[in-house]
Amino acid sequence: MEPTNTRDPEYYHKVVDCQYACPAHTPVPEYIRLIAAERYSDAYMINWQSNVFPGVLGRTCDRPCEPACRRGRVDDEPVAICRLKRVAADNKGDVTERIPQGPFKPNGKKVALIGGGPASLTVARDLAPLGYEIHLFDEQVAGGGMMRSQIPSFRLPETVLNEEVDFILNMGIHTHFRHYVDSMKDVLSKDYDAVFVGTGAPRGRDLKLPGREEGDANIHIGIEWLASVAFEHTHSIGKKVIVLGGGNTAMDCCRTSRRLGGEEVKVVVRSPFEDMKASPWEKEDAMHEDIPILNNHVPKTFETKDGKLIGMTFEKVEAQYDENGKRSLVPTGEEPVFIEADDVLIAIGQVNTFPWIERDLGIEFNEWGMPVVERKTFQSTLSKVFFGGDAAFGPENVITAVAQGHDAAVSINLYCEGKDVGERPSPLTNLIHQKMGIHEWSYDSSVVNDQRYVVPQADKSLTLRDRKKEVELGFNPEVAFKEAERCLNCDVQTVFTENKCIECDACMDVCPTSCITFTDNEDEEELRKKLLVPAENLTQDILVSSTLKTGRVMVKDEDVCLHCGLCAERCPTSAWDMQKYLYNTAKAAV
Amino acid sequence: MSYLKPKFRHPHLPKNELGYTKTEYEGSLSTLCAGCGHDSISAAIVQACFEMNIAPHQVAKMSGIGCSSKTPTYFLGNSHGFNSVHGRMPSVATGASMANKKLKYFGVSGDGDSASIGMGQFAHVIRRNLNMVYIVMNNGCYGLTKGQDSATADEGSKNKTGHINPFQAIDLASLAIELGATFVAQSFSGDKHQLIPLIKAAMEHNGFAFINVISPCVTFNNNVGSTKSYDYVREHIAATSTVDFVPTHDEITTTYSEGEIKDIAMHDGSIIRLKKLTNDWDPENRLSAASAMQNARANGEILTGLLYINEKAANLHQTFKTTDIPLNRLTEKELCPGSATLSELMKDLQ
Ligand SMILES: Cc1cc2nc3c(=O)[nH]c(=O)nc-3n(C[C@H](O)[C@H](O)[C@H](O)COP(=O)(O)OP(=O)(O)OC[C@H]3O[C@@H](n4cnc5c(N)ncnc54)[C@H](O)[C@@H]3O)c2cc1C
Ligand SMILES: Cc1ncc(C[n+]2csc(CCOP(=O)(O)OP(=O)(O)O)c2C)c(N)n1
Ligand code: SF4
Ligand code: SF4
Ligand code: SF4
Ligand SMILES: [Mg+2]
Repeated sequence: MEPTNTRDPEYYHKVVDCQYACPAHTPVPEYIRLIAAERYSDAYMINWQSNVFPGVLGRTCDRPCEPACRRGRVDDEPVAICRLKRVAADNKGDVTERIPQGPFKPNGKKVALIGGGPASLTVARDLAPLGYEIHLFDEQVAGGGMMRSQIPSFRLPETVLNEEVDFILNMGIHTHFRHYVDSMKDVLSKDYDAVFVGTGAPRGRDLKLPGREEGDANIHIGIEWLASVAFEHTHSIGKKVIVLGGGNTAMDCCRTSRRLGGEEVKVVVRSPFEDMKASPWEKEDAMHEDIPILNNHVPKTFETKDGKLIGMTFEKVEAQYDENGKRSLVPTGEEPVFIEADDVLIAIGQVNTFPWIERDLGIEFNEWGMPVVERKTFQSTLSKVFFGGDAAFGPENVITAVAQGHDAAVSINLYCEGKDVGERPSPLTNLIHQKMGIHEWSYDSSVVNDQRYVVPQADKSLTLRDRKKEVELGFNPEVAFKEAERCLNCDVQTVFTENKCIECDACMDVCPTSCITFTDNEDEEELRKKLLVPAENLTQDILVSSTLKTGRVMVKDEDVCLHCGLCAERCPTSAWDMQKYLYNTAKAAV
Repeated sequence: MSYLKPKFRHPHLPKNELGYTKTEYEGSLSTLCAGCGHDSISAAIVQACFEMNIAPHQVAKMSGIGCSSKTPTYFLGNSHGFNSVHGRMPSVATGASMANKKLKYFGVSGDGDSASIGMGQFAHVIRRNLNMVYIVMNNGCYGLTKGQDSATADEGSKNKTGHINPFQAIDLASLAIELGATFVAQSFSGDKHQLIPLIKAAMEHNGFAFINVISPCVTFNNNVGSTKSYDYVREHIAATSTVDFVPTHDEITTTYSEGEIKDIAMHDGSIIRLKKLTNDWDPENRLSAASAMQNARANGEILTGLLYINEKAANLHQTFKTTDIPLNRLTEKELCPGSATLSELMKDLQ
């Protein structure tokens, strides 16, 4: 196998599993160390640069980083990355001065942002400091998109959202709220240099079953109902509620129902419990609020009496899997189940619609009615129009919308400067020595054994009474420190210099997780098999040195490296060194 | 500096027949200098015991004084151990073995510990053929006391201070053959492929098994001009053979295409399989082993591998016809045979 090219910026980036998995590539271990050092504002700013909404995301992020976290491969559970982010947001001081402050020197360019969700706000945050005149349109009364209309206040207090939305709007963004954009043609006829579409996936799927029309007064589309609650149009719901669907929207619907008068709230899903789309922690939170989840129930009819909804019938099924693992739900043949209900909430998915974009403008749509968008640049087939967030590739989550917003802003800036949007700027990287003295490192290299700490919650007797009362209380600084110490500092890289190695084997012998092997070279497949413990996790790279004096190579499996620095401590010649790798994705503005 | 090894291990560490991973054979984190050859030997011992499915509580580690003699802290943390007086490990090991011959005795010593202050003890434990493994971690200096030349330092070898050793070296492996050791091997800390099977074979040997392992002292004797440095040893090493140790119940699967293969049967049915690299050498012939050593020395080579083995000699327990029962388990019944038996005995002595 060829020696590893560690100069490729992605090599060491990939070793920082959490950062690599984060759509916005937030430098996680860097902010976790700052939290441990009680430097909350600094930790906040690191987050803010990458993900723009640390306070929001520290409470609501889908956390793709956590399943990826290295700690989860050696310990029972990953680091509580997401909830540590909240600690930074909760304990930060006044950071307003560290946020870019307008007025910025105008660059003479004008950009329209349609929709005011996280995607558009990120574009605004990146372009405003460069002097763009930015016009943001949203039909809602305030910015934030679904973070405001959908994510319930008991998970995300309005004050937290407002602060972070305002950081951006205060940069001198021209906001046009309560303004539904009904024609792209109109927008294009104005003098905008570029247009960004961040309108999300605004429509909830309906369920056409017998009885749907008769029961209509008590049958609601989940996301419409949640928005109506958020904007204070709806204040109550019946005592018996059925929520259809197994995703996160269903979880928010049922938990909101419990707070608006729902006493017997049930979630009913077609699929088995394990296959539900909702995150495990959201299911737990719902069940903790005495909401049963009935699985393997396929809805059949809405039942009404005297023109009023009285409940629903369901067919019981069981999941069967064919040899390819494809699932089919097969009826068990049991009697249909009737469940009483005063109200039904349908939370079975969202769809994108673009009725306001005329189809003759040069913006192509595919067979599913989605715009044709370039994956890296987010440019549509009309070169001045860009898409991002849920509007680009369908419903995802806030962090994805932010990441796409950053990338789209880079494109818009390139486009407005007349440059090729395909020529992406490289990430900013830096590799820095961590040695402070003989066997002294600048980071806590020792590995603590603590199990993951649980985030405390307010008592449900309080939270169920007030839909705005936040359920999670967040870690206090003491627990946050302990949780932060669980982080393995995967960004502190083990950097190997072949010509210093005397092949004493010390590193191989000391490595607690048997990552290092000195052996004869082979092709990758063979080499992986020959290691002290075979490197079977193919998603993780192996670091291969060039040929050493004895003709062997050093091979390090990155998979379960603890970044404990013992190899570097035991190396007599500093052939191993612990070096911190900083990786920042290129953004339009810093 | 780290003083504790993290608790986490590779989730797919292999297990041996006892259901243990290598972890159960490890000791505390070493406090020796980074890169010390002794740590590699400790790692080889851990690996050998793991692969041999040794129950850790069935092993007793014995040592004297020196960096080398400290290493039992860094391997087999679940075994018995006795860190004795400088050069006196053999007599403590003899005593322990007399008290309980069921344990495997693992002696670790240094070139100072064995070739200077402990020379007398070394000679006598060989002479008695005590059933034990005796490893000398040989770095040609007194590492622990800051690197003075030891009795195994080669004549003309330069140490870190620039001092050139004026005396002839004591060649411990040749001496062991001369004194009648029944298993003699030589190896290098930087060659685990060779060292691990040698340790395994030594553990199965019936009698005294001596392994002289060249083990560079990175701090005081790894300089240019030293004949015990990593570079010098790697350049001057010559092996008698490649070594494979095949336990009784394993089938021999390795195939050799060329060279002379020699299988040596151990008393328990295990096999040491050698692919000979040196001509005119028969590991079961003392004279031939001794002359192979002399020839290598004349050529400026360090001969490694199995040098000599004799599985047939009686070990100390066989010679003494000692009891199989550990002394602390002997009851009054075995210890007081009764007046009738005693009178019989007395008759012989009158
Ligand atoms: C119930 C629910 C709970 C969720 N919970 C989470 C969570 O906990 N964590 C998470 O990460 N994600 C969650 N999501 C998903 C997340 O909210 C979205 O993925 C994210 O907000 C998408 O951002 P966006 O900027 O693409 O669009 P959106 O946030 O959808 O914002 C689009 C905005 O555009 C406006 N708009 C649309 N069309 C027009 C038009 N023609 N003219 C003017 N304005 C228009 C809309 O009013 C809206 O304000 C949840 C979604 C739902 C439905
Ligand atoms: C009776 C006695 N004499 C002298 C010493 C001092 N001393 C300690 S270690 C040592 C030499 C150790 O050399 P070696 O056995 O080669 O071990 P190394 O440190 O080289 O591994 C000496 C002379 C001692 N501890 N006890
Ligand atoms: S241990 Fe820390 S640095 Fe490593 S993946 Fe997890 S959170 Fe990231
Ligand atoms: S500890 Fe250092 S010198 Fe020794 S083998 Fe490892 S990298 Fe090479
Ligand atoms: S002084 Fe020499 S022998 Fe002792 S620990 Fe250090 S390197 Fe090893
Ligand atoms: Mg010594």
